[in-house]
Amino acid sequence: MAVDFAKGITEFRWHGRGGQGVVTSNQMLGKAALAEGNYIQAFPEFGPERTGAPVRAFLRISKSPIQIYAQVYHPDVVICIDPTLLDVVNPTEGLKSDGTLVLNTTMSPEEVREKFDFKGGNVVTVDASTIAMEVLGRPFYNMPTMAAAVKATGVVRLETVIKTVMERYPGKIGELNRAAMERASEEVQIG
Amino acid sequence: MRVTVVERVPAEEMRIEGLTGDAAIAHALKQCDIDVLAAYPITPQTIIVEDFQKFAANGEVQTKVIPVESEHSAMSACVGASAAGARVATATASAGLALMWEILYCAASLRLPIVLTIANRALSAPINIHNDWSDSYGARDSGFIQLYCQSSQEAYDTTIMAFKLAEDHRVLLPVMVCIDGFILSHNVERVEMLPDEAVRNFLGVRDPVLPLDPDNPITMGPLALTDYYFEIKEGQDRAMDAVPEVYKEVEAAFEKMTGRSYGMFEKYRTDDAEIIILTHSTPAGTAKAVVDVLREKGEKVGVLRLKMFRPFPAAEVAEAIKHAKAVAVFEKCRSFGAVCNPLALEVRAALYDLKERPMVTDFVIGLGGRDVPPTTIVEGYEKTKEYLAKGKAPLYETLGVRK
Repeated sequence: MAVDFAKGITEFRWHGRGGQGVVTSNQMLGKAALAEGNYIQAFPEFGPERTGAPVRAFLRISKSPIQIYAQVYHPDVVICIDPTLLDVVNPTEGLKSDGTLVLNTTMSPEEVREKFDFKGGNVVTVDASTIAMEVLGRPFYNMPTMAAAVKATGVVRLETVIKTVMERYPGKIGELNRAAMERASEEVQIG
Repeated sequence: MRVTVVERVPAEEMRIEGLTGDAAIAHALKQCDIDVLAAYPITPQTIIVEDFQKFAANGEVQTKVIPVESEHSAMSACVGASAAGARVATATASAGLALMWEILYCAASLRLPIVLTIANRALSAPINIHNDWSDSYGARDSGFIQLYCQSSQEAYDTTIMAFKLAEDHRVLLPVMVCIDGFILSHNVERVEMLPDEAVRNFLGVRDPVLPLDPDNPITMGPLALTDYYFEIKEGQDRAMDAVPEVYKEVEAAFEKMTGRSYGMFEKYRTDDAEIIILTHSTPAGTAKAVVDVLREKGEKVGVLRLKMFRPFPAAEVAEAIKHAKAVAVFEKCRSFGAVCNPLALEVRAALYDLKERPMVTDFVIGLGGRDVPPTTIVEGYEKTKEYLAKGKAPLYETLGVRK
């Protein structure tokens, strides 16, 4: 990339399908960062609601007020929560060479690097689909994939994210998401 | 103006939340203790009225919410309620604003304070739900005050200040508070909110002039033909003239309470700038990020971020930009058939009487929500430099479009 217009800002791009909770988990991560004293922008790629179609969401986190208002073109972190998207979109597009790629996949980080010819930064993998089915009993793999991203990047503390999610989903749903996120943070592979 | 005694609200009494631009406005409306909200849903202002309806359903507000059958009726209901002395708000965008058109002029001409929040959206056809400024720019002659916001925080702050400005007896005009649809309306940002009491103390209770009263019936807006219509318009124009002074007072009081103020416009690194980028709303934020990068490369460039488009602060803007070699205007609207576009027209007119004027370039960007990345701003800046070297620029051009 040529020029960095977002100095001092950590930029995220999420990939998922409409209805999988990309927008919600993006907001949860943003609100957790906010709770830790950061400035944030959390916004979806704007389009009509399309269940099942590829969707994206963007997050900016910074210690100072954020001025830039545009889509994220050169993210520091890319999170893809749906393994079936990996044959549809290239998650490394625009990713900074020292950036972090976080995938819900059964592939190992080495296999991911080979598939996308991504040599730099970090590759983080977690089988969030299996975790979601075993813990939540339903394919809600946005939160466990987010937990892997949090663990790998350290941009916010996992406890803060869990607290944010529990506030949004009090009771049993929150508890199950907590369990899924804790398990994901243990099973994450970084390579 | 009613004397308002405000004090700085201590940081620990502020509530910090992640709110979209729309949600920030909804929270502000709640704290402003409005009497009536009449609205018809339209994207992307949707969250404003949805959130407010939740407040109403939960008993958190005393507001009479009128879910009308069209925007024409929404503004009509606001006119009636405001004429009866109520504190009134509504929200709309795009086609919704277009359908309000007739009544916008009634609201302004009847001198009724109403706060109309707008999530700016393109006009059809083809149908498009995304951001540009064609909707509220089209309404620039309606007699509404127009204030444009960059951030969710500013949207919250401006909504609160808008009531104080509108209801001031020297003004008595309706106000549009505009945010960029989706880009801000659906963007979660950090917002610092005042305690309810501080907002209520800041605004007080509306003190209406000549309200409708069943015990003392009056007629409002009756026929005025060649005899008085012109005088009524003269009075309306004077009310608009009073806006800057009152706005400054309102902002000064708000700043005392919060530490935040925005001015009629914001100057960002303009003092020694040879080229000044002039725009508003979210592109102005992006332009500031671009300026930081260009400055590191030694470029003498700054941003004038306009907040108040109506009334247009012509003398002050001219003073702030007259020293530059060029002013690069970026605006999300094409005024079809016009020599240039609404924002550049104002800027060129504001500079016209100067002996030595900066060159003005006018870039139409982001129609129908086309993203405006920093590179689009850089492109306009580079073109402006080229035109300066040549000594001649086109009256306007589009950027970021396939041609």
